[in-house]
Amino acid sequence: MTMTTTTQTTPTTPDTPRGLIPLPQSAARVLVALGAIGTIASAYMSWTWTSDFPGDLTYYGSPAGLQILALVAGVLTLLYALTRWNIRGLTWLNPAGATAPVFLAAASAFAVTWFSAIAIAVDLGGLANLDPGAYVAIVSSLVALLGALALPSPGDTFKAWISKPDNIPPAGRIPAWAERLVVTAATALGLIVFAYGVGVDPDASETFLGYLLLVVFGTWALITAGLTDRFSALNARHKGFATSMAFLAAALFPFVENNEHNANLGVNILVVATVALGLNIVVGLTGLLDLGYVAFLGVGAYAAALVSGSEFSRFSGVQFPFWAAMLTGMAASLVFGVLIGAPTLRLRGDYLAIVTLGFGEIFRISVNNLDGSSGPNLTNGPNGISMIPDLEIFGFNFGSTHDIGSVTIGRFANYLLLMLIITAIVVLVFTRAADSRIGRSWIAIREDETAATAMGINGFRVKLIAFALGASLAGLAGTVSAHVGYSVNPAPYQFAGSVPPNSAFLLAAVVLGGMGTVGGPILGATLLYLLPEKLSFLKEYQLFAFGLALVILMRFRPEGIIANRRRQLEFHEAEEPDIPDQSLPDTTVGATKAGA
Amino acid sequence: MTTTTATSPVLEASGVTMRFGGLTAVRSVDLTVNSGEIVGLIGPNGAGKTTFFNCLTGLYIPTEGKVSYKGTVLPPKPHLVTNAGIARTFQNIRLFANMTVLENVLVGRHTRTKEGLWSALLRGPGFRKAETASRERAMELLEFIGLAHKADHLARNLPYGEQRKLEIARALASDPGLLLLDEPTAGMNPQETRATEELVFAIRDQGIAVLVIEHDMRFIFNLCDRVACLVQGEKLVEGTSDVVQGDERVVAAYLGTPFEGAPGDEEVAEVEAAETGTGAQSTTSKEGSAQ
Ligand SMILES: Nc1ncnc2c1ncn2[C@@H]1O[C@H](COP(=O)(O)OP(=O)(O)O)[C@@H](O)[C@H]1O
Ligand SMILES: [Mg+2]
Repeated sequence: MTMTTTTQTTPTTPDTPRGLIPLPQSAARVLVALGAIGTIASAYMSWTWTSDFPGDLTYYGSPAGLQILALVAGVLTLLYALTRWNIRGLTWLNPAGATAPVFLAAASAFAVTWFSAIAIAVDLGGLANLDPGAYVAIVSSLVALLGALALPSPGDTFKAWISKPDNIPPAGRIPAWAERLVVTAATALGLIVFAYGVGVDPDASETFLGYLLLVVFGTWALITAGLTDRFSALNARHKGFATSMAFLAAALFPFVENNEHNANLGVNILVVATVALGLNIVVGLTGLLDLGYVAFLGVGAYAAALVSGSEFSRFSGVQFPFWAAMLTGMAASLVFGVLIGAPTLRLRGDYLAIVTLGFGEIFRISVNNLDGSSGPNLTNGPNGISMIPDLEIFGFNFGSTHDIGSVTIGRFANYLLLMLIITAIVVLVFTRAADSRIGRSWIAIREDETAATAMGINGFRVKLIAFALGASLAGLAGTVSAHVGYSVNPAPYQFAGSVPPNSAFLLAAVVLGGMGTVGGPILGATLLYLLPEKLSFLKEYQLFAFGLALVILMRFRPEGIIANRRRQLEFHEAEEPDIPDQSLPDTTVGATKAGA
Repeated sequence: MTTTTATSPVLEASGVTMRFGGLTAVRSVDLTVNSGEIVGLIGPNGAGKTTFFNCLTGLYIPTEGKVSYKGTVLPPKPHLVTNAGIARTFQNIRLFANMTVLENVLVGRHTRTKEGLWSALLRGPGFRKAETASRERAMELLEFIGLAHKADHLARNLPYGEQRKLEIARALASDPGLLLLDEPTAGMNPQETRATEELVFAIRDQGIAVLVIEHDMRFIFNLCDRVACLVQGEKLVEGTSDVVQGDERVVAAYLGTPFEGAPGDEEVAEVEAAETGTGAQSTTSKEGSAQ
């Protein structure tokens, strides 16, 4: 429909399509490159005179905090500037030789440096606090940006500057081992980027914001260069390898980021990501809006706590081995899921949402009251069950530190590795279930329940299976989370709250990340957990920010950050090149429809 | 495919009545479909044809009457009816819009396969075998209706005529003994209607009895061994094409009381049918009521 902008522009003689700024192309390239070099150089200078500013940017010769980010952005800009000279060995970075990635790379440098300078001036009160390095940075990045704007214009609209060109040449085939090497390298890069973000000091919100700017603009540049498409094609070709690489990278995280606080962060992220993935079976695949899902996490956690041998447990004498505790947690959640599902799953749509919301609250309130005074004593009421002992599996104590090679990994890193196995199990369950007879019937129910039952699907039964499976996966994650957190109490298991594992959070993670996908809920949960953690000023406005993010996303990318192939087609049908070409005899149908 | 003797009844509906509050949409209708037969069900809009289908397939629980398939009384549950061997299409196309063409047909295989959650998780050899068999059968059906080359397209992206065909393939995937078609040519052009005619004959030749609702009289009288006409919920006449075609009451029901210069109302009815069909296609109806 609105795709008429490209193609019909003038033929591609080098100088014809002028940029926004009328300069010869060669001058524009030089400007970008010089700006980029300037930005890199500025990272080695002092940006401010006092170490009061987070990250301590006062040194000459050693970049820190925001300067590292500026350095990376500068290198990225330089590399993309060089691709405009068609330098051999760099063309893979920008296969189409497009302008958009150069512009976006320069924009990342510009955003990081100008944001830093403004943050310094605002935080410390005045421009006087800027050192020469900061001036070099903002001037260089501006020069790079202006240079990029002088490059041949990719189109008439602003959109063309920031979107992927249509004519990206297909990747040349390289041997399979080389492809795997690329996958490995990309995964390693992803790990480094992620670890850097997690490693940012929680008090240095400025640095984290700069990091976000760089990640967003940088990723965008890679997307417009067509690299992400190529990478996902590689991933699809080496699916098993890519998945194991991703898990290996996650397993290496505690070694890269060898620090208990961050390992704790990692475990918590994995817990919420795993639970979100379980919720995705219910919401994303089967289309059942469950607003009380976090209760299943609670059931699993409480079940594990009760049989953990904690002296506050009602059954303090009982200490199950972990596998048994795990099964107990899953079984308890399963039973709870069936108990809630059996009466409610006959309802449709909004009714189901309201009823699950109610049941979720009933769980929390019951747990609060099963304290011996207002009900039988089972959960120790609002105090919860604390002093849950650490796990021990095959003599491996999760509470103590262990030396692996030359690295010492601590308690949270132990749990992180355990949780990673659980996540892998849940990913496996999700993918296998989704791609099977039962998974197809879930999706059919989501698409059209009446038609699905008319095709012989027992709607109630199939929905109950989805509900029960989702519940037991949450219960499984709950058993680990009880041990990680030393204690369980009713407070976090509510519908909406400022502490992550709550139903609204999980739902937001699924919807933001991308319903029906594996990566979506994991990414969504990671972002939603990490952002408030690192941007401490956001804490009070967390729910507001959630809402805002959801509204913006629903406006611009309703299928979520990671799109399921189906949902992508659903929402962006007009832009999808894969639409069946209707050159067959059926083209008459449209006319008949209108005029018969 | 079981080859039953020529005249054994596949479907027997007796005294089927459906009331919605004060409205009696279907009133004491008897209908028999024998094996190897194509039976037509006609009647003006609002006559209760679709409602009758819904009663047969368990989407509605008839207020009175009973429906039996090959001698056993059917429970009023859609999935059990399909399991017993009756498959249907819908007047307002109800495909799984965001699934691929192949996946739509695979969903149709649901009742004829058994693999549950455990076998999906464990992926034993049995699972793989069943999955390959299902895919093969589904591709066969797509070949049969001529959509094999679009197996990986999303159902929602198919042209209208192909969506109707896909609905038929999806229904056939459950290996039915009786196929109910609700206005299968609504919104199609003459060529497509012809092709659908051929398709229905081919389906009958596979030993599947067909009960079809249509407004296109040429289609009905070409195709059907027997035709029943429903007017205001009651069966007016039933008989061979010639009998029904010549019946004055049928003509009157379709044309209304004749007056001078009345336009060809048959076409009007066709147009209306086409419009209801197309209108419904664009709304992804997720509400409970079955059309
Ligand atoms: N679920 C329902 N609730 C109330 N009335 C209905 C329902 N379904 C159908 N009807 C009514 O039953 C009558 C017959 O409708 P229908 O079977 O769709 O007619 P046809 O398919 O012959 O055009 C109509 O008057 C319609 O409004
Ligand atoms: Mg009808």
